[in-house]
Amino acid sequence: MTIPSRLTVSDTLSFWTLETERAMPPSSLSFTSSPHVHGGDSIPRIMHTVILALMPATLLSILVFGWPALWVIVITTLTAVVTEHLLVKLRLRPSPVGDLSAALTGLLLALTLPPHAPWWICVVGGIFAILLGKQVYGGLGYNMFNPALIARVFLLISFPVEMTTWPHPVGLLGEEALAFGDAVALIFTGHMAPGEVMDAISSATPLGQYRMEVSLGKTVQEALGGNYAFSYFNATGGLVAGSLGETSALLLAAGGIFLLKKRIITWHIPLSMLAGCLIPAVLFWLIDGTKYPDPIFHLITGGLVLGAFFMATDMVTSPVTPLGQIIFGASCGLLTYIIRTWGGYPEGISFAIVIMNTAVPLLDQYTRPVIYGKTRKNA
Amino acid sequence: MGIVASVLKKFHGGVHPTGHKELTERCAIEPMPMPERLIVPLHQHLGAPSVPVVQVGDKVFKGDLLGASGGFVSAAIHAPTSGTIQAIQEHPVGHPSGLTMLCVVIAPDGADQWNPGLKGTADPTTLDPSAIRDRIKGAGIVGLGGATFPSFIKLSPPRDKVVDLLLINAVECEPYLTCDARLMEERPQDVVAGIRIMLHALQTKQCVIGIEANKPKAIAAMEKAVAGQSDIRVVSLPVMYPQGSEKQLIEVVTGRQVPSKGLPVDVGVIVHNVATAVAIRDTIELGHPLVSRIVTVTGGGITRPANVEVLIGTLVDDVIRHCGGLKSHTKKVIMGGPMMGLALHQTDIPVVKGTSGILALTAEESSGKTEHPCIRCGSCVNACPIQLVPCTMAWFAKTDQIDQLPKVDLFDCIECGSCAYVCPANIPLVHYFRYGKLTLQAKDREDKKKALTKQRSQAREERLAREKEEKERKKEEMKAKMAAKKSDVGSSSEVKTGSPTVSKKVTAKGGTATDSKGGGDDPPVDHAKTAKGTSLPEE
Ligand code: SF4
Ligand code: SF4
Repeated sequence: MTIPSRLTVSDTLSFWTLETERAMPPSSLSFTSSPHVHGGDSIPRIMHTVILALMPATLLSILVFGWPALWVIVITTLTAVVTEHLLVKLRLRPSPVGDLSAALTGLLLALTLPPHAPWWICVVGGIFAILLGKQVYGGLGYNMFNPALIARVFLLISFPVEMTTWPHPVGLLGEEALAFGDAVALIFTGHMAPGEVMDAISSATPLGQYRMEVSLGKTVQEALGGNYAFSYFNATGGLVAGSLGETSALLLAAGGIFLLKKRIITWHIPLSMLAGCLIPAVLFWLIDGTKYPDPIFHLITGGLVLGAFFMATDMVTSPVTPLGQIIFGASCGLLTYIIRTWGGYPEGISFAIVIMNTAVPLLDQYTRPVIYGKTRKNA
Repeated sequence: MGIVASVLKKFHGGVHPTGHKELTERCAIEPMPMPERLIVPLHQHLGAPSVPVVQVGDKVFKGDLLGASGGFVSAAIHAPTSGTIQAIQEHPVGHPSGLTMLCVVIAPDGADQWNPGLKGTADPTTLDPSAIRDRIKGAGIVGLGGATFPSFIKLSPPRDKVVDLLLINAVECEPYLTCDARLMEERPQDVVAGIRIMLHALQTKQCVIGIEANKPKAIAAMEKAVAGQSDIRVVSLPVMYPQGSEKQLIEVVTGRQVPSKGLPVDVGVIVHNVATAVAIRDTIELGHPLVSRIVTVTGGGITRPANVEVLIGTLVDDVIRHCGGLKSHTKKVIMGGPMMGLALHQTDIPVVKGTSGILALTAEESSGKTEHPCIRCGSCVNACPIQLVPCTMAWFAKTDQIDQLPKVDLFDCIECGSCAYVCPANIPLVHYFRYGKLTLQAKDREDKKKALTKQRSQAREERLAREKEEKERKKEEMKAKMAAKKSDVGSSSEVKTGSPTVSKKVTAKGGTATDSKGGGDDPPVDHAKTAKGTSLPEE
């Protein structure tokens, strides 16, 4: 196969006019355009691989937070799927739920919710994510914001109390664990048993604890030590208070590496995002270790790993060019650090990513690679 | 060995389609029984169509000229066998438009006799390079890899360019195809002979034969054939599609990139396909013009896959029948490879010089699922060997933002299909690019036409204005003459003051007259442009 560079375009095609293409005779043979073979990749395959990659962390979160966590995940995911099905059916199109993208959105949203979130938070969030996060734009591929994150941001602003009530990691089967029935009651009524309210078991997330105490003039060490007893080991393994997906950095990272291996994502966004958050973390920690927690703390608490591997890498809402992806990731990371350290919400990831989503079209436009045969100068 | 990179470079992107070469890689090249008739299109190459030089009823020998080259970028067409010219008529050809084309129909006489006047030269080095080029041109040889660019042009580099390297493209990166590999295994000496002729014609000292590593037998055969000849090197390349694209092959072997809109010769390289080398050898050493080629007939829909030496003009139908016919669940018949080939809507279409394969694909083998919206996964960006952003280009084409397309380098796309191959949304990206290119070209022609009409009407207005002025000038001249005649009877002083004015006027008018003559040159130029403009759509 030899492809001449200058004459391909004008000469081979010059007499292939568009009109005659339409005038082709009917035939039993299919004569669509080349290529005639396909690599076999598909949207459902991508979605189901991502869901698979999230499973270990999801299962652990259920183990750590007990039955209510399972309910939160099931309700959110189901709401998302049902909403998508109904909305598309309303437009008289074939239902796309088979592509699993709504299921993935639901799961991702659930992982950003408090483990004992009431049922209506899950339902409102699921509907918001699909309706206003995705379908109003025209469905998969057309949305500007990460649907799960825009829904979380909406919930966080609208229902700050419910969205920041974090239970102790009580476990699924341990002594403190909730019985199955109690869990149902908790999610649907807000009470486990008459008279017993949820606050009894609530706690602060490590990031929340650090921000609150440091703003009161304490050092990082005082804030995380003492009664709070922050443990790096527990945080890495997911045994701390936080949203479902903020739990095990280790399992989430494992899922992310699985996605890298499967070539669903590339290294550009996760790596640059981690760097964008951790490099300033190192700098400020070196400047004043009593006011700024160390980078490991930033890495294993909050949703940094979930965000870097699963949220910022959402294909529709991230750049397609490698350079664009690096700038996007680094900016997400940096914004996360800024919001975490000086902003109003200790869990800054969702805001950082949603803000950067708006920059994606510009990033794509200005970071087109230098093509073969051109240099930066004459490009 | 300055130009050849010491370490092979890697080109950006690329894909790994399943090879399926096992279907035919052990099938020796076989001849085919003479078909009942041959239908030889007069346009099988890049450039202008050939002009028929035979008439219905003429008897021809194998190798006689049927169509003469119709321009600089064009190629001659020869009789693939001896017989009678039955008709010269329109016939469907393998072209995306499904258009018909002028073809010469030959009824073979069965003797398959070469014209006895065709003589070869045993030692091509005795020939002058320009004589070699002329013979290659006369033999109608074009690039046999599928691009069908007339070969003699690529052997006539511009004087101001230095050619350091002759690069033989034996990559055969298209899945399924094995015709080049078989040719190298069976006729390695002829490949080398062809290379020698080309080196001599180009006056170049160095040659590299690039073969992908999945053809170990072809590599071994070629290495044996070039043993002891240090100026020809066989290079085994890691398997990657589209390495057989000229630009990518050059980058891998030399590390240089052909400038956008440039030619390989701009970086000192000339690329020829390996089958072209053999055709050149046959022409120079045997005197045979190009009348047949090797075609890989394969795919899940072919009963007996094979490599067949096919006479140009043989119908695809006949070739398929020779290979046992189509299986019932065939979904697509393709001329060429599966990545860049052309899907046929009918099979009574003649094999031409660029037909490297005939593929019958079943539904399982071929793509064709429903198109989904782009999910912006970036796979296409990572796969594109030109580093384009295919999803953006497709978006502009799909939404008819045609003006944006040149800005995102649409015309640098080589239509290799890597992007569409990986796209999880099954978007027929290449289809959109072709649509975009065609629309832009159509618009370009429109614009040119408009500009021409405008230019013409302007010229007409100017001419009318000039004519009017001319008339007035003449009138005035007459008046002046009359006045002069009258003043003959008047005082001489009046004449003295009068005549300078007149002469002044005349010179002034004379000035415009010259202008009008200058302007008068325009119409012929216009005609030249018109001729070009109208000939464009026919090309
Ligand atoms: S590969 Fe297909 S879905 Fe992915 S970005 Fe390219 S065009 Fe869009
Ligand atoms: S077809 Fe064009 S855009 Fe697609 S990969 Fe090939 S060169 Fe790039």
